Amino acid sequence: MKARFLGAAFIFVGVVLITAPVAAHHGTASFDTSKDLTLKGTVTDWIWANPHCFLKFDAMDETGTVRNWAVEVSNPTDMTKRGWARSSFKVGDVVTVNLQPVKNGAPIGRLRNVVLPDGSSLTAMGPAPGAAPPAAQ
Amino acid sequence: MKTWCACVLVLAISAVAGAQDWNRAGLPDSAINAPKTNAAPAPRRDITGIWDAGGVGIAGPGHESAPWTDWAKQKAANYKPGNGPRAVYEADINDPLSTVCDPTGFPRQVMYETRPFQVVQTPNQVLILYMFEKRWRVIWTDGRALPKDPDPRWYGYSVGRWEDDYTFVVNTIGTDERTWLDNSGNPHSSELKVEERYHRVNHDLMELTVTLDDPKAYTRPWTPRNKMPLTLAPANFDMLEMICSPTEVMEFRKNISDRTNDRR
Repeated sequence: MKARFLGAAFIFVGVVLITAPVAAHHGTASFDTSKDLTLKGTVTDWIWANPHCFLKFDAMDETGTVRNWAVEVSNPTDMTKRGWARSSFKVGDVVTVNLQPVKNGAPIGRLRNVVLPDGSSLTAMGPAPGAAPPAAQ
Repeated sequence: MKTWCACVLVLAISAVAGAQDWNRAGLPDSAINAPKTNAAPAPRRDITGIWDAGGVGIAGPGHESAPWTDWAKQKAANYKPGNGPRAVYEADINDPLSTVCDPTGFPRQVMYETRPFQVVQTPNQVLILYMFEKRWRVIWTDGRALPKDPDPRWYGYSVGRWEDDYTFVVNTIGTDERTWLDNSGNPHSSELKVEERYHRVNHDLMELTVTLDDPKAYTRPWTPRNKMPLTLAPANFDMLEMICSPTEVMEFRKNISDRTNDRR
């Protein structure tokens, strides 16, 4: 059963303090800011749009159940400053996503950082890499 | 051989320059934070150019306002903001800007998401072209008075004058009280009077001060922007589009917002 979901494996659940908000258009009321969840999964969609971009991916939890997660980041403008792009993900990419889940247990969250198939990573929270020039599309 | 190498070099430089000339999200923090005390003097009566406040302009958490009047409390009783002390779950937010793409309006445009904007001066107008929402304002400088008892407009009615050679002052009335002042849900009435002061300190630096006077909604005038620094961007800075699309908002709500309250 698990073999059917290559690349979708539950990795780690931990608790940390999250500091910087990811988004300008809303606050953190929906999110459990005390949680830090890391999942390995397979990208099913990447939406590059306002008011927030979001990544959808399949990942298996500790019970062996695969759920389709939707995790938001900020808008394309802010993400461009961080080196993200419309082309950052493609369907089928296996990625490791560190996120902050919502309080209600639904597979929804705010993405903190993600490790891409080539081993590089992108961050969505915390100080932006300010020294980097804005990326062109 | 030399000619071939030179051509390759020219093409490479052109490609890099071309990439940098399009879809700029904003200046890097290093440019925003760089000291500007040694910049060239400000030109006289000239605030043209593309200006960026960096992260300060976004003001995501909203503003701490002057005390509300009873009218304001009633007006905002049903406002459900995404930020500030009255922030609600994403699914419950009813901010007309982020949920249905109503116009940002004025003065919210200079209080929230004040992203890069371009100032254009003509003989009788100053135009401000905002990256956020890709909207513009017209500030008349032909000496006209503000209208008496105007119909409200999303962006109000604005007139401007040079207080001195380096300070451009804009007065605005006639705003639409359907707009919020910021994303913490501070309300305003259509009697709101706004003063913006654009003070060009030198060639590279300008300061924006915004004062609101709305006795119907607030017990005293208040100044949400006090000398907010704005950095001049390069002339070839091409602002990317940052537009609220109802289609995109509906997609976001379906996938994220509307699912933040359920108990699955």
